[in-house]
Amino acid sequence: MTTTIKATTRSAANGDSRGDSAVQPPAPSGMPRHLLSAGDLNAETATLVLDTAERLEQAMSGREVRKLPTLRGRTVVNLFYEDSTRTRISFELAAKRLSADVINFSAKGSSVSKGESLKDTALTLQAMGADAVVCRHSASGAPQRLSAWVSGRVVNAGDGTHEHPTQALLDAFTLRRHLGELAGRKIVVVGDVLHSRVARSNVLLLSTLGAQVELVAPPTLLPVGVGSWPASVSYDLDASLSGADAVMMLRVQRERMSGAFFPTAREYTRSYGLDVRRRAMLPDHGVVMHPGPMNRGMEITPAVADGDGSVIVEQVANGVTVRMAVLYLLLSGEMETNA
Amino acid sequence: MTPGNTPARREDSTAGAGPEVRAEILSEADIARTIDRIAHQILEKAGDEPVVLLGIPTRGVYLARRLADRIATFSGRPCPVGSLDTTLYRDDLRRRPPRALEETSIPAGGLDNLTCVLVDDVLYSGRTIRAALDALRDHGRPSAVQLAVLVDRGHRQLPIRADYVGKNIPTAADDDVAVRLTESDGRDAVELIRA
Repeated sequence: MTTTIKATTRSAANGDSRGDSAVQPPAPSGMPRHLLSAGDLNAETATLVLDTAERLEQAMSGREVRKLPTLRGRTVVNLFYEDSTRTRISFELAAKRLSADVINFSAKGSSVSKGESLKDTALTLQAMGADAVVCRHSASGAPQRLSAWVSGRVVNAGDGTHEHPTQALLDAFTLRRHLGELAGRKIVVVGDVLHSRVARSNVLLLSTLGAQVELVAPPTLLPVGVGSWPASVSYDLDASLSGADAVMMLRVQRERMSGAFFPTAREYTRSYGLDVRRRAMLPDHGVVMHPGPMNRGMEITPAVADGDGSVIVEQVANGVTVRMAVLYLLLSGEMETNA
Repeated sequence: MTPGNTPARREDSTAGAGPEVRAEILSEADIARTIDRIAHQILEKAGDEPVVLLGIPTRGVYLARRLADRIATFSGRPCPVGSLDTTLYRDDLRRRPPRALEETSIPAGGLDNLTCVLVDDVLYSGRTIRAALDALRDHGRPSAVQLAVLVDRGHRQLPIRADYVGKNIPTAADDDVAVRLTESDGRDAVELIRA
C-alpha cells in the first residue's frame, strides 16, 4: 500500500507544478488517462485490466444484486457514429452494472445529421459534464481528437480501420482463461487484416503480453508496413495452424471493400476459411475465436463456429466484464488527477 | 482502515527515514491465543446457529481461515469461510488512484439466514466495515452480521463497533499498526510504530 500512496503524492505534486497545462499526468497506477490504443497499455497495466476483470467477475458471480455502486453519479456517454450492436450494448451494460448513468448517442437522429461537427458535439458533451466518452467513429483517429476537446476520459470503441482496444482486451481475457499466461503462446490471426482494427489492437496487446502473433491473409489484405508490426506474416493458413494455441478469424469487411481484394468469395473461403478439416489441425487445447459479426460460410463454417473449442459466445460475455474493468480503472481517482 | 488522506497503514515502513519507535504489541503466541479466544467467543455467542466467516482482504482473509479452523476444531463442525473485497464499495474511489481488486468468494451455501462474521486485521476509521456491510447487502441477507478484529486502534469516523476484539491499542492518528501474518509476511506479529 505504501508504494501506491507515495506514488500518489509524487504525481499530485507533479500535477500542481504543471498547473493546468494540457499535458495531464497519467493516473498514478500507470493507467493511461484515455484508452485510445492497445499500445497505450504496457504489460503491467494490461495485466491490471485483465486481473481487475477477473475480480469483477468473481464479485458479480452468484449474487442477488448484479450491480456495483462503484461509479454512482458518474455519466458515461456512448458516442456512436457507426453502427454497432454488441460493442454498444456491452459498454452500456458495463456502465450500468457499475451504476453509472448512461447516455446513448448515435449519429442517426442527432444533430450530426444536421451537420454538427465532431468538435461541436464534443463541446456539447463537455458542457453536460460527461465523465467518460465511449467513442466509435468511422474515421481513424477520431477518439484521439476527441480526447483533446473533453475533460472526461475517452475510450476508443473502434475507430475506422485503426484500433479497437477493448476488443483486444476481451480477446486476451478469453485467451488467458483457456490457455493460462499468454507468454510464448502462438496466436494466429486470419483474414482481412487490412481493414481490421481488431487485428491491429490484438497484435499490439498480445505481443505486449508476450504472445507470438502470426498474421495470415492474402497479400492484398495486408496493410503496407505490416513488416514493422510485432507479428510474423504468412500467406499459408494450413502451415500456420500447426502448433497454434488459438486461431482468431477476422470478418471479411465487405462494407469497407471498394476494390477487388480477392477473385471470388469461394476462392477466399478455400484458402483462408476455417472449416472442420483445418480445425482438426489445431492441438486439443486450441481455441477458435471471432470478434463478430460472423459471415458464416465465408471465413468460418457454422460447424466450427458452434463446435468444440469455439469461444465466440464467451468472448461476448467477457466483453462486459472487461469493459467494466476499463471504466472502473479509468474513472477512479479522477478527482485527484484532475486537481 | 484508511481514513481521509492519512496513510493509515504503511506496510513497508522499515524503509522510512528518521527515528521511529517500534513496539511489539502481540507476539506470535499472543496472536494464536487471541484467535483461540475469539473462536470460543464466536461459538459461545452463536450457540447452535450456523456461522459463516468472511475475511476482508488481504490479512482479514488469513485471520478468517485461522478462526474457521479453530472453530471447526472446538465445535467439531466445519465452519464455512470466504472473502469479501470491499474496494468497489469504498467511499473514496474518486479521491484515490485505482486500486487492484482482491478476491471475493462467498461460500457455496450463500449467506441467507446465517450469522455472518466479518473478519479484519485492524479496525480504524470504520469505513472499510461500512463498505463491507454495503457489499454484503448485495450478496444476500444474513440473519445477523458481526465483526471480529485482531486490533482495534480507535479513531472511528463512523458509528461502528466490533463484536470481538483481539486487543485494544490506544494510538495517535499518525501512528502505524503493522499486522504481520505468516501467510503474507513470513511471521506473526503486531507492531505499533510511532511516527
